[in-house]
Amino acid sequence: MSLFWLIVIVLAIALVGYVVGRARALASAGGDMRLLHSLPSYYGSNVAMKAAVPAFLILVVWLLAQPFYVDSRISGMIPQSAISEGSSLGLVMAEVRRAAQGLDNVVASGQMTEDFARNARADFNDITARLKDAGQIVTSQITQPVMRAAQAYRVVVSTGNLIMSIVVILAAIAGALLALRETNVDFRARNTVEKGIRVALFSAALIAVLTTLGIVLSLVFNTVEFFRLYPAMDFFFGLTWSPSFSGRGGSSELGILPLLWGTFYISIVALAVAVPIGLFAAVYLSEYAGPKVRAVAKPLLEILAGIPTIVYGLFALLTVGPMLLSVFGDGGLGIMKAGTAVMTAGLVMGVMLIPFVSSLSDDIINAVPQAMRDGSYGLGATRSETVKKVILPAALPGIVGAILLAASRAIGETMIVVLGAGAAARLSLNPFEAMTTVTAKIVSQLTGDADFASPVALVAFALGMTLFVVTLGLNIVALYIVRKYREQYD
Amino acid sequence: MTDTNLPPLTSGASSDAPVKSKSLYALDDLTRRRNASETRFKAYGIGAIAIGLFFLIVLAVSIVSEGLPAFTKTVVNVNFTLTQEQFDAAESQLFKTKAYEQIFIGALQGQLEERGVNVPFDAAAIERIVGKPGGTIRAYFQSNPDNLGEPAGFELAASSRVDGYMNGRVTRENMTDSRFLQASDLDLVDNLVEAGVITNVFNWNFITGADSGVDNPGGAGIGASVVGSFFMMLVVLFLSLPIGVAASIYLEEFAPQNRFTDMIEVNISNLAAVPSIVFGILGLAVFIQFMHLPQSAPLVGGLVLTLMTLPTIIISTRASLKAVPPSIRDAALGVGASKMQAIFHHVLPLAMPGILTGTIIGLAQALGETAPLLLIGMVGFVARGYPEGIVAGFTDPNSAMPAQIYTWAARADYAFYEKAWGGIIVLLVFLLTMNVLAVILRRRFERRW
Repeated sequence: MSLFWLIVIVLAIALVGYVVGRARALASAGGDMRLLHSLPSYYGSNVAMKAAVPAFLILVVWLLAQPFYVDSRISGMIPQSAISEGSSLGLVMAEVRRAAQGLDNVVASGQMTEDFARNARADFNDITARLKDAGQIVTSQITQPVMRAAQAYRVVVSTGNLIMSIVVILAAIAGALLALRETNVDFRARNTVEKGIRVALFSAALIAVLTTLGIVLSLVFNTVEFFRLYPAMDFFFGLTWSPSFSGRGGSSELGILPLLWGTFYISIVALAVAVPIGLFAAVYLSEYAGPKVRAVAKPLLEILAGIPTIVYGLFALLTVGPMLLSVFGDGGLGIMKAGTAVMTAGLVMGVMLIPFVSSLSDDIINAVPQAMRDGSYGLGATRSETVKKVILPAALPGIVGAILLAASRAIGETMIVVLGAGAAARLSLNPFEAMTTVTAKIVSQLTGDADFASPVALVAFALGMTLFVVTLGLNIVALYIVRKYREQYD
Repeated sequence: MTDTNLPPLTSGASSDAPVKSKSLYALDDLTRRRNASETRFKAYGIGAIAIGLFFLIVLAVSIVSEGLPAFTKTVVNVNFTLTQEQFDAAESQLFKTKAYEQIFIGALQGQLEERGVNVPFDAAAIERIVGKPGGTIRAYFQSNPDNLGEPAGFELAASSRVDGYMNGRVTRENMTDSRFLQASDLDLVDNLVEAGVITNVFNWNFITGADSGVDNPGGAGIGASVVGSFFMMLVVLFLSLPIGVAASIYLEEFAPQNRFTDMIEVNISNLAAVPSIVFGILGLAVFIQFMHLPQSAPLVGGLVLTLMTLPTIIISTRASLKAVPPSIRDAALGVGASKMQAIFHHVLPLAMPGILTGTIIGLAQALGETAPLLLIGMVGFVARGYPEGIVAGFTDPNSAMPAQIYTWAARADYAFYEKAWGGIIVLLVFLLTMNVLAVILRRRFERRW
């Protein structure tokens, strides 16, 4: 029975439960709705809820747990001799899964009988050939242990699925019956249903916590795995980044310092562009501009924030890079070798951050009480003196917070640096040289067919961990500063 | 401040000390300096905004000017009639497509003479301009033998370099003679354009097609990845809207004031600032490594983007729930509704326009997101065709618009850059539509209490 039908059946049970529960409640009140504690639909919903919710919970847990059980059962079947040199149990298991999947598909399309797929003992060449003919992706030659394991795999999985279907349907029916039994005039159905909804609302809110937990766990586990293969000292203090994909990454040098330097250099360039422009724009918009200019200029600037980063990446690679190259390259000053460079990525990232800085600072400047401005004007100060001597000092903590948030954005930005900054990791002071960042290397280490057992792929998780910790730290500090500042005028 | 702190206003100071003016009409030095600094400061502000808008304009201009050529393609139009005898003769030869090519060249020559253009050309030049036309012609007549003896028109796509010449990407100055294109070919192309044989037509294939191989920039289209993005957005919409609304209702209406609630709130505001690539790592580790969901599937992409957009949606939903005045709640409770009923029957419908606006803006953000998709394998070159059916749309490997654009931008061939800019136009059209929809919703339904 496929998953789809199982879900449909459970939903059908819930629906029938709803109708029956509603009818039963009405009947117990002798058809007079006013005698019931709750509206009739609540009695129905109570039954439907108690039928569907436990059944679906069991289903989800079972679906998550079954693969682990099956894997442990089957991997015990594979003899050590079947794992060839340079291979691993995980790879053989992947082969088993592929073969089982292939058999499933062939049986489903009717090119092989179920009996044959289950019991074939001899002639594995033939089966491999037949699977290949049917367009299934299998290895060149399915060996005997793999075939045996694949057959056992199919048996275990189908038995598991059968038991799961039965358990889930039984749970649904039992839930519905239990709920029907408690249905009568005095049953407080609305309260029960509302309690259920409240739990559902709470679990939705919990997803945010689970997401953070998922991020932390997936980063921590893989990072620990990486540090088992590669010394942490070399990672944090190594001055060279040269991953080597051959020989399972044995000869790689994976020092993070060049990447961190590239990240910070590009972010500094970006902030050097974004902070003055964004700050002056915010000051002008909130202190000088009339309502008309403000109504036009503010949304136009904010368009810059709504543009996807891939667009900025392309802009850096194809427009800004060549433009800078024509000025600073061989035709001009001769200090730039290629279009992709720290300057290119930093400049474009700065443009992206302008609206970020300006709208945050705008909010903060507007939060400075008018009385402070009036006081300053009353003493004879000009507008610019008021801004420089009164408003900016008062708004300073908030502006620092905004700049830190912008910095965390810049550090975590990916597409602009992937396309605009180049791929070479180097420690250099020349902003017209290509450098690379933590995010760009995460992308390049994890795209393509990564083998998760090699340090060359696992290093991406350690890089991600570093990135996560740095941006989280910046955010917490920024939010702390902003929050502390806000308390002053409320 | 008292006067004792001030420097004494002695008259015997040096000559460059600011002179206090005696007249109200003449500005003294200090005032003039202060006014100048005021003007300068204002100019900085205007300058900052001008720089921002300047970048916006440069961006818009380069997108439009570089991207529009992707929507057209250069074709060579040739009409000729193939008789049964010519067909048989060609089929009997050893190099059949070569024979068709000869017929094609003959027809082209005839067409040119008819229009009074006389340029010499050889088969090699034709092959450089339209590839090898023989195969297409042969396939056409083989599958439509009835059309033998009747005039047939062929619209053959020109090679990517000729396309580039027509778009101004390849010029006589920057080209070098190669086996792909020679300077003499450009003269021929000019003549053919004058004769109306080479024309520019709208490139439907770019909108409906799928990604092509590295060697065929002309055939690349964004259609398949638009479908991938669409299925992904369905997942995001149907997961993030209910979950986001439920979480907001809990936090806004039910959550008790305690440490756990605080933790959830801090979590949400931190998640909003986590770099998108970290969500990609999460998707790779949890959904693909741990749960064994299919790689490159829009379903997984949708799940990752859902987790990413949830904070955005929760923040905007809470704002719109907060904006509903407490009197509505009180009135509902006053006539005997339970708290749940008051919220679901009265507060939520009133907050709905704001929630939907926030959701659309969140979806637009998710639509433009690239980095997490690259990590879960939704790169451009897997978008080789349309999915077969609805379920396959969610689970079969596909790409998404921004990832497709990235793949094109990362290819070395310049012809793909044009496609990338064109893809950006398509992407921005979608984003613009969504944002306009959000603005309309807000204008139409937003209520001020």
